[in-house]
Amino acid sequence: MWKVIGIRLGRLALTLLAVTFLSFIMTALLPGDPVNAILGVDGPRDPELEAEIRAELGLDDPIPVRYVNWLADAARGDLGESYINRGQEVSATIGQRLPVTAQLAFMAIVIAVVLAIPIGVIGAYRQGRWQDQATSAGVQVALSVPNFITGIFLIWLFAVTLKWLPASNWNRIGDKGLWENFKTSILPATALALTQMAIFSRLVRSDMIATLQENYILSAKAKGLSDRYILFRHALRPSSLSLATIVGINFGALLGGTVIIETLFAIPGLGFRLINAINQRDILVIQGITVFVAVAYVVINTVVDLFYTVLDPRIRRS
Amino acid sequence: MTDTVETRIAEVAHMSVAEASGPPEVGDGKPKRASFREVVGDMPWIVKLSAAWLVLVFGGAIYAKLDTAVFGGALPLQDPNLQTNNFNPDTGTFGDGEPIEPPSAQHWLGTDAIARDTFARILHGGWVSLIVSAVAAAFGVIVGGFIGSLVGFVRGKTETIIMAFIDVILAFPALVLLLAMVSIFQVRSLLVIALVIGFLSIPAYTRVARAISLAVSNREFVLAARAIGTKPATILRREIIPNVLPTVLSYAMVAAAFVIVVEGSLSFLGLSVQLPTSSWGNMINQARRDIDINLLQVVAPSLALVITVLSLNQVGDWFQKRASFRAAAL
Repeated sequence: MWKVIGIRLGRLALTLLAVTFLSFIMTALLPGDPVNAILGVDGPRDPELEAEIRAELGLDDPIPVRYVNWLADAARGDLGESYINRGQEVSATIGQRLPVTAQLAFMAIVIAVVLAIPIGVIGAYRQGRWQDQATSAGVQVALSVPNFITGIFLIWLFAVTLKWLPASNWNRIGDKGLWENFKTSILPATALALTQMAIFSRLVRSDMIATLQENYILSAKAKGLSDRYILFRHALRPSSLSLATIVGINFGALLGGTVIIETLFAIPGLGFRLINAINQRDILVIQGITVFVAVAYVVINTVVDLFYTVLDPRIRRS
Repeated sequence: MTDTVETRIAEVAHMSVAEASGPPEVGDGKPKRASFREVVGDMPWIVKLSAAWLVLVFGGAIYAKLDTAVFGGALPLQDPNLQTNNFNPDTGTFGDGEPIEPPSAQHWLGTDAIARDTFARILHGGWVSLIVSAVAAAFGVIVGGFIGSLVGFVRGKTETIIMAFIDVILAFPALVLLLAMVSIFQVRSLLVIALVIGFLSIPAYTRVARAISLAVSNREFVLAARAIGTKPATILRREIIPNVLPTVLSYAMVAAAFVIVVEGSLSFLGLSVQLPTSSWGNMINQARRDIDINLLQVVAPSLALVITVLSLNQVGDWFQKRASFRAAAL
């Protein structure tokens, strides 16, 4: 087992190196001089100041040197300063906005799992019958509706027509309390959850169909246990391991996948900031958020993988 | 949304390998080519319906694009960018259109907030989806399909290096990588968007193609070809690629559905084709501000997008099933 873990961690280090390099090189190659972004293009310019900024940003060094310097800074949590909002540390921005995005992703995953398990179990239990066909069709549709469309129609229904919830904005838990926060977070989380629900329930269904053919299910039936007890106590548990894996991976993916929903609902998370930065061409913010999200995703994937290895004896041995 | 593609890859790869490595059935050597009539005849009704929708929507988009140039405006189609209430300097009068009109004989789906014909804008929006998904599929099938077939066949260091590179690209959350790449370009024309999405499609196709190539490369007929001294390049061309292609092509359909959602999301964020060019995503984004007074302007492009994606998924799933049956019968 330790060997497997060692290999995984080694691969993680290599992937991180590659991912950070790719993020760096992409933004380093952006057209347009960062100095222009800082000093503005118009008017006379102090060449001394320009040289000073160039030196400070290390713009005159060759790319590999710049990458190593940047990586060393990034490892210490220094991702630079925003060009547009001078004095705003990129890492501070991320620290401020991550809790919002993480909360959204977490709520979406919880809603998705709560909906997906019964739907998947029904599909497997009634495989091929109308209950299965109905839920499968619903899942197919849920997979095909992009989350921004779901979001717009949730806004239309609950904010515009029924006026139960606000259409956009975000109340921080710290400022306004849990309930006010819930009122602003439930719609975006639901919009995100729909696609996840579809993915999870398909997995639960196909896993469960395989599990239900095992001998121990037959023996449980022979003992006269009720179907419901067998489904949720005996069959669901072995199926939940792969569900746990995909839940972990998708949580990581959602940290970068909330961009559109955050923009739609005007939620001050990582994604909304990323879009602002792209529109303002605020290069270091784009770079910082991209690299942070990518690293988080890769690390979460590895952690999930390791958990899976540790938990499942069949994988541990091989 | 980001992860559907990975789930898909896993599914496709798993399915094809499982089916392809099953016990081979005795055939007459060459798999039969089904005629067009047979292929359509086999389709369940929902797949037929989906295929019909795709023909309608993409055929309509192509026709609308070529209408004035090739057919001389044979059908009375509207100009998607014309503000129908505008002042016309030639006649000295204002147009008779109104913003946010309900559907009428003249404007089948009404008009948008600046009095443009919604039906025409949806028709032309289909062109953006068509081009982006077609370019992405072409990149994926040709580049990704070839690289995948190659590394699955030759193995060794080539495979390790190329797949490591592919894995790094797939290690990024797809949307964030796309946004970062799109932000590099100042001019976001249809071509630029299509090329960026096309480039980013390559890794997923490579994975799919490699999985099948690995399975095919271990089959008896490849061994036989090696034994009689066929050159590796010839084996790749005559044995591997023809057997990898059907699955990759059917994956292309499902991937196209994903690409249309991705382009829609970019358009929705205002980071895809620039206005006034219409795409379903930017129509939805523009119309959502008036959703309280005109729901139809949001519903119409949303339905166009969702039904197209659903149809591509249906047809793609169906072709995937056929492709894996075919692989099993090899």
